[in-house]
Amino acid sequence: MTDSKYFTTTKKGEIFELKAELNSDKKEKKKEAVKKVIASMTVGKDVSALFPDVVNCMQTDNLELKKLVYLYLMNYAKSQPDMAIMAVNTFVKDCEDPNPLIRALAVRTMGCIRVDKITEYLCEPLRKCLKDEDPYVRKTAAVCVAKLHDINAQLVEDQGFLDTLKDLISDSNPMVVANAVAALSEIAESHPNSNLLDLNPQTINKLLTALNECTEWGQIFILDCLANYTPRDDRESQSICERVTPRLSHANSAVVLSAVKVLMKFMEMLPKDLDYYGTLLKKLAPPLVTLLSAEPELQYVALRNINLIVQRRPEILKHEMKVFFVKYNDPIYVKLEKLDIMIRLASQANIAQVLAELKEYATEVDVDFVRKAVRAIGRCAIKVEQSAERCVSTLLDLIQTKVNYVVQEAIVVIKDIFRKYPNKYESVIATLCENLDSLDEPEARAAMIWIVGEYAERIDNADELLESFLEGFHDESTQVQLQLLTAIVKLFLKKPTETQELVQQVLSLATQDSDNPDLRDRGYIYWRLLSTDPVAAKEVVLAEKPLISEETDLIEPTLLEELICHIGTLASVYHKPPSAFVEGSRGVQHKRLPGSAGSGESVDSPDPGSAAGASEAPPAVIPSQGDLLGDLLNLDLTPPTTTGPPPAPSSGMQLGAMDLLGGGLDSLMGAGFGAAPAAMPASFSAPVSGGLDDLFDLGGGVGMPMGAYSPPKTIWLPAMKAKGLEISGTFARRAGVIQMEMTLTNKAMSVMTDFAIQFNRNSFGLAPAGPLQILTPLSPNQSIEASLPLSTVGPVMKMEPLTNLQVAVKNNIDVFYFSCQYPISMLFVEDGKMERQVFLATWKDIPNDNESQFQIKDCHLNATSNKLQGSNVFTIAKRTVEGQDMLYQSMKLTNGIWVLAELRVQTGNPNYTVSTLIFGV
Amino acid sequence: MIHSLFLVNASGDIFLEKHWKSVVSRSVCDYFFEAQERATEPENVPPVIPTPHHYLISVLRHRIYFVAVIQSEVPPLFVIEFLHRVVDTFQDYFGVCTEAAIKDNVVVVYELLEEMLDNGFPLATESNILKELIKPPTILRTMVNTITGSTNVGEQLPTGQLSVVPWRRTGVKYTNNEAYFDVVEEIDAIIDKSGSTITAEIQGVIDACVKLTGMPDLTLSFMNPRLLDDVSFHPCVRFKRWEAERILSFIPPDGNFRLLSYHVSSQNLVAIPVYVKHNITFREGSSQGRFDLTLGPKQTMGKAVESVLVSSQLPRGVLNANLNPSQGTYTFDPVTKMLSWDVGKINPQKLPSLKGTMSLQAGASKPDENPTINIQLKIQQMAISGLKVNRLDMYGEKYKPFKGIKYMTKAGKFQVRT
Repeated sequence: MTDSKYFTTTKKGEIFELKAELNSDKKEKKKEAVKKVIASMTVGKDVSALFPDVVNCMQTDNLELKKLVYLYLMNYAKSQPDMAIMAVNTFVKDCEDPNPLIRALAVRTMGCIRVDKITEYLCEPLRKCLKDEDPYVRKTAAVCVAKLHDINAQLVEDQGFLDTLKDLISDSNPMVVANAVAALSEIAESHPNSNLLDLNPQTINKLLTALNECTEWGQIFILDCLANYTPRDDRESQSICERVTPRLSHANSAVVLSAVKVLMKFMEMLPKDLDYYGTLLKKLAPPLVTLLSAEPELQYVALRNINLIVQRRPEILKHEMKVFFVKYNDPIYVKLEKLDIMIRLASQANIAQVLAELKEYATEVDVDFVRKAVRAIGRCAIKVEQSAERCVSTLLDLIQTKVNYVVQEAIVVIKDIFRKYPNKYESVIATLCENLDSLDEPEARAAMIWIVGEYAERIDNADELLESFLEGFHDESTQVQLQLLTAIVKLFLKKPTETQELVQQVLSLATQDSDNPDLRDRGYIYWRLLSTDPVAAKEVVLAEKPLISEETDLIEPTLLEELICHIGTLASVYHKPPSAFVEGSRGVQHKRLPGSAGSGESVDSPDPGSAAGASEAPPAVIPSQGDLLGDLLNLDLTPPTTTGPPPAPSSGMQLGAMDLLGGGLDSLMGAGFGAAPAAMPASFSAPVSGGLDDLFDLGGGVGMPMGAYSPPKTIWLPAMKAKGLEISGTFARRAGVIQMEMTLTNKAMSVMTDFAIQFNRNSFGLAPAGPLQILTPLSPNQSIEASLPLSTVGPVMKMEPLTNLQVAVKNNIDVFYFSCQYPISMLFVEDGKMERQVFLATWKDIPNDNESQFQIKDCHLNATSNKLQGSNVFTIAKRTVEGQDMLYQSMKLTNGIWVLAELRVQTGNPNYTVSTLIFGV
Repeated sequence: MIHSLFLVNASGDIFLEKHWKSVVSRSVCDYFFEAQERATEPENVPPVIPTPHHYLISVLRHRIYFVAVIQSEVPPLFVIEFLHRVVDTFQDYFGVCTEAAIKDNVVVVYELLEEMLDNGFPLATESNILKELIKPPTILRTMVNTITGSTNVGEQLPTGQLSVVPWRRTGVKYTNNEAYFDVVEEIDAIIDKSGSTITAEIQGVIDACVKLTGMPDLTLSFMNPRLLDDVSFHPCVRFKRWEAERILSFIPPDGNFRLLSYHVSSQNLVAIPVYVKHNITFREGSSQGRFDLTLGPKQTMGKAVESVLVSSQLPRGVLNANLNPSQGTYTFDPVTKMLSWDVGKINPQKLPSLKGTMSLQAGASKPDENPTINIQLKIQQMAISGLKVNRLDMYGEKYKPFKGIKYMTKAGKFQVRT
């Protein structure tokens, strides 16, 4: 006798019959009837009409019947709220039952009934159960708080359940602790800023103790919670790591992966020369390998995470290449992931083995997999330079197989190899051309056309080949059409005499017969270029192309850091930050890896002392930290037009800058500087005087022409940190315009083009007034001078030090960041001369708080005021008191703040004393 | 956490649904069905499928898809592990995990699911505890229940759930006290055309069946514990003791459980038990192909290789195969192109072989894929890594248990490329 009989009622009066049975006097019949009802419910039949009859069965001593009725209630209470109230009394009574199992069951079921009226009655029993003497009841009640919060968050807060829950973290029973953590984590997800899980060393210690004793699921919750903690120093970090490491040997793979997450994160804090660091690295490999022998679904999730781990710390698995070799009966999703990791681990040492495997895969049955394997061969060629030759010959072998999709895929990757190693493997072009006819996929056709166009001068019948493609121009996909257009224009520029007709034909096809705007626009541009200035056309169309590198398929480092913090989650499976896809995560906090104390990864900023004293602080290269890179990449890199109004606050720049602020820069500042001075005026004086100091420093020395002082150029961005681009520069003020003068030197091997510049928000709203004018590509070892006019209408944010400017420069290779400081004198405006009367009155009005004094030493000043005037520091009055010369001066900053200064010179003494007063307008 | 669970059979019907929070419409499974349709093989359905409001995480076991619905960020492994645990529990309770078995026991299934998860949080997943809460159906109990009207829901609080050994139920009593341990090793290997090993590794497990009265405390030591450097333990194993002394010390759960699983990946430790000589060729222009396969024992330490089963997916162009086995029987399925040869035991004196021809479609070109040969085998009384148990001791109880240890080697994913 089995339960399947419950499924076999198909008669019309089914509900009616059940009703009769439910109201039967016989216990046994009642129970059978409830079972039938439950069975119908499980397959999705609507049996809600039986609600009152089922609820009537609730008053029973029979535990099974009770449970069955509870099951029913949970399902249908929502649709029958009024009826559900009838059940409340029984629940409340059950919560007082001497049997803890019944108490727990009652409070658990009540939490599952998602009816507002019932939740009100739930509060009191729940409060009691949270403090129940039996841990089984407490742990059930902890989860119930999360349920209640899901139904009515306000109620939970008002009733103070959250505090009770927090107290449970210190409970003596590990299972209660684990459930409390789980409940708090779930609640915290909908309150990202509530700081519910306030982790401090004491709670961490409690969690670590509970970790050893609770169930596997509890361990997952606790480990995930631990991962959110940031240890105070490397010693604490190490001690947590030591206590988490045993979890790597757990049979439950989710526990293992959560432990890996904690270790990967806290490892960042450990100094690399520590013995323990090496030990930990070694311990991480075996559990990751073991995950790959589990069920395919587990393997898939593990592989997605390993993909992140090998990008962040390739050393962990560098000797484990073989476990990623594909077995022919792996599911396709596992195969593709393994392939990806094989490429990431490929190095000179193992490339022969990898290539042999890839070649093997290329003869398999599954088309998707074969394609990806062929592509992988190309990626190996690009990644491991020494293997390129071997890869190309492997690809040629594969082309010889004449298997259609293999050939097409091979041609697509060979195109990439050509781009990485120009002028090296062109001998294979002949072989490629033989296979022209078999290409039927747009990507392969486009790749082939690109090759023909790019190497038109070496292919004798290039014109014929391209002409053959042109015949079916209208039937091609846009990708192919665009490529064909470009290729024919290239051909024309290389062999102008024979191909005039062809280029005419393609241009008219593109401009007149096509309704695709991209194609039309490109056609017109070529047409005009060719007709107006063929030389320029040559420069544009045949310009040297940037090299591609394997980094193109790496995950961008900031995202990678965030994903490492999310190992084991959905984010790590999709390789997207949680904010990008998790529903309802309005304010998911971006997690970051903690910085290591003494490692080179930390921010390399000038220390505040020297920065305040000299405006020529050493340049700070901003490492791509936080969201900086991501957001700046999204920035529109065209600066605002020169004469336009200040950019609206909602412009892309503004938004990007805000993100800059929220993301990376906060940590940047935190790392380098102490607490920012509180009040604006008070903090103003130091940097300003710093600027003045500079100004005066130069007073002696070489005879300076009239005009603003401009410090000599310093290196802002060393070539090492910017893939070969070196930028040195300075600031100057010419004819009332602030100029940023830069020398860009290309120390790389390839040509640089497409320069653009962007500033972060800064204290005085400096922003480029026009685009960076670098028109010609920058060849290797060439330098170029660029002068960028700046406006002061950009978005403002106070920087520390005040004259710090953070700059992003983009070229065809990457985006680079550095920071530099401008002399404050750049900001002194021409109309900074104050009327004497006003000066006197103002001098008195400024509170003494705003005054600062300092000395300038060793200055030989003869024509001080003249020189200063060149820098827009205006002398208002001069008088002599008690053998001291007093100079009174005024300056006005671009943002309307006035600076008044009194310069006291003791005759015969080269030292000056300056008092500065500042006030805003 | 886990919101809902749908069970889907091979033909794409939802035959059971369970919701732990609010009800999610079963239309959410349409996204799963789409993915299922796209997949060429049932096992190729991706395990994580995003939908506009939910994520579907599924596992395929016993030709049933277990599809979990989640709504917020939940560790996918957590869900997958839980689903596997559900399957294991069903199997434990009903002997098999099939659609029919689940339907037959739907009320128990429902009760189990309710006990295993509370609001999406795992509640009781240890089989020992579950069995205390809900008694597994047996023919006898079903009879008794029907007659007496009693139930299969336990009246007791699952005491084990709160003790320091939550995996063991209390009050265990046996008249025959016995503890059996099976050391089972599976070799995963890829052998290339020329017979050299590309990768080989061993996945080993020690499965236990412990029926001991009271609270026994066991220790298990090995002759060569250094083999075990990559291990995963059942929660009952005291990790500190293992770290320090390389001894497994534990209070076992009652009944069947997996004590530990381990992984031996260092190549020199992995012996390859059989070799395969193969010659599978097709000639251009001919509609015939030759098939020639011979098996022989390699590093077996003198033990017999048994239950050998050779299978291979022949190229799609093959219409039929006309082969002659020297022993055992073979079948060729012309639809799936799957050739399988049940060899049985390998006799080292007379090596088994399978020879003959394959017929191709007339005029078809020579197939370009090379079939891979998959081998299954068993070797009794030997763990191929050489792992050996030294001794098993029991503390904490007075009686003398009967102890037994068995070794076995199997082929896992053992593949020979041609």
